[in-house]
Amino acid sequence: MLASLWQQLSDSPVPIDSVDLAWAGLAPVMILIGGALLILAVDSLVPRRLRPGSYALATVLLAAGAMVAAVPLWQRVQDAERGPFATAAGAIMVDGFSVFATFVILSAVILAALSFDGWLRREEMDGAEPYVLMLLSASGGVMMASANDLIVMFLGLEILSIAVYVLAAMHLRKITSQEAGVKYFVLGAFSSAFFLYGIALIYGGTGSTNLVRIATYLSATVLGDSGLVLAGLALLLVGFGFKVAAAPFHFWAPDVYQGAPTPSVAWMASGVKVAGFAGLLRVFYLAFSTYRLDWQPVIFVLAVLTMLVGSVLAVVQTDVKRMLAYSSINHAGFILVAVQAATAAGVQAALFYLAAYTFMVAGSFGVIAVVSRKGDIGTSLDDYRGLSRDRPVVAFAFALLLLAQAGVPLTSGFFAKFYVITAAIEAGSSTLAIIAMITAVISSYVYLRIIVAMYGAGDDVPAPRTIPLPAAAGLALVISLTVTMSVGVFPGTLASLAERATPVLIPESDPGAVDPSGVPPGP
Amino acid sequence: MSDFLRDYLTVGIFGLTGVALVGLLLGLGSLLRPTRPQPQKYINYESGVDPVGTGWGQSNVRYYIFALLFVMFDVEAVFIFPFATRVDAYGWFGLIEMGIFIVVLALGLLYAWKKKVLRWV
Repeated sequence: MLASLWQQLSDSPVPIDSVDLAWAGLAPVMILIGGALLILAVDSLVPRRLRPGSYALATVLLAAGAMVAAVPLWQRVQDAERGPFATAAGAIMVDGFSVFATFVILSAVILAALSFDGWLRREEMDGAEPYVLMLLSASGGVMMASANDLIVMFLGLEILSIAVYVLAAMHLRKITSQEAGVKYFVLGAFSSAFFLYGIALIYGGTGSTNLVRIATYLSATVLGDSGLVLAGLALLLVGFGFKVAAAPFHFWAPDVYQGAPTPSVAWMASGVKVAGFAGLLRVFYLAFSTYRLDWQPVIFVLAVLTMLVGSVLAVVQTDVKRMLAYSSINHAGFILVAVQAATAAGVQAALFYLAAYTFMVAGSFGVIAVVSRKGDIGTSLDDYRGLSRDRPVVAFAFALLLLAQAGVPLTSGFFAKFYVITAAIEAGSSTLAIIAMITAVISSYVYLRIIVAMYGAGDDVPAPRTIPLPAAAGLALVISLTVTMSVGVFPGTLASLAERATPVLIPESDPGAVDPSGVPPGP
Repeated sequence: MSDFLRDYLTVGIFGLTGVALVGLLLGLGSLLRPTRPQPQKYINYESGVDPVGTGWGQSNVRYYIFALLFVMFDVEAVFIFPFATRVDAYGWFGLIEMGIFIVVLALGLLYAWKKKVLRWV
């Protein structure tokens, strides 16, 4: 029987035209997925528990390894002769944009993993699962950022989201964590359905799900009835808007951020948002640039709503996690301002903002994870009173990160907001720029409120308590603070990287033919 | 009206006819049939046996894990059977692909096994 199988396998009558895969281009995703499966296998096969922290270390090493694998990609796409390239039958695009987003997502993985380590030990939940889920989720994020086909983007979105739903519901003994998981899952599944229906309508309107073919089709054809495409675009926007928590699709964010385990929130607010915006920019800015005049006003309204909701509702919160949830909605509004500009400067500003924001927000939630007590409680504003006395270094770091989020000069937040507003004014939407600046002032009240609580003296300061600072969490704090401050003083490096991270559309090459960009087909 | 919308007009007419037909038959039935209400007639129909418990009865949450594992094998079968009928066509490429697929799913089973999901408590 085996011999006949061998025979059958060896002389296959129909040659399968397998797709050319440039494995180097997929290396970051492969490292993340393979690493996650490896960690899962080790966790299942090793009879004893590993030393605490080994999984966190493995996750950080894997993310760093994926970054190392992305460095040659960056050099390749920046090289004038070789340039960006499409692979997997034009479904995956490796360009400056996708590599930049990959770096930012991987940084978020490292920061969240460092924050997870001490948190999991405090909650007595140490295990491989959170790290596996985060690595898988990150692989989905990278896939989304480099998707050149709406179906691949949907796959990335689902891989990203499903892992995050579990991460939100991970704290088994905490009812609010379960609630957060269910809420996020139900609403997320709903938004995925919207997204998928949008893809279907766009396929109906343009005859393809490939972004390049959609763009070529739309630029060559004037549709008599563009209702289908516009409806599809609107549905896609709902899907993206949900993922990045843009108003009016933001309702899940405060509840989920408050209930979910804090290190999961660090990942949710940084990595997931980066992936969502990367997908949004790729679809709207690149593939549907011919429909710019149709979607720009919609994004305009979304941006205004998101910034207002994020800043005004944050003011009335008393829980620090909810405050930062609303502030992250406000940040999403700022990035939408950059998206609305629909210019190269806008994309650059959005990428700069995302990179700066990732370190600020992951660092801030890292602080919240440290300050909270066992059971993931103690996140109300009152718990932060007297922090400057109990843990002066942590309080100082938190204050700096909050000031960066407010956009104070000499921090990365200032330049992030500066580039966004410049891009908006250059694109002729000064109204939006003015609203953005006003909401920045409103939301700075929130950050100042936390800082005042930490540094304030008076009768309502509770008795001193010891706040343990795990080494890994401290390292995460140092990394995020270093990046935030150094980008704030020398923004040029990051800005020039973001400037060179342009998304491109390259028509897919014929199988076997030489790529128009001069890239030989994959090895 | 464009051709495109005209195509959908057919769908609309078809849908309306369907709704009208159901309404007509149900209405006609309620006019013609005799009405003799009995309490037994209002019990939920459960394939002939009397229903046990209420509609809000809860089932053990552990069953969802079995459901999950079932889906795992189910999906595996959906892909393996069509592949098996055309092994010769796919050759080594197909065998390796299928191997990767099965290994990834087997990892899930291994994990469930080690986490003592398969043990009946």
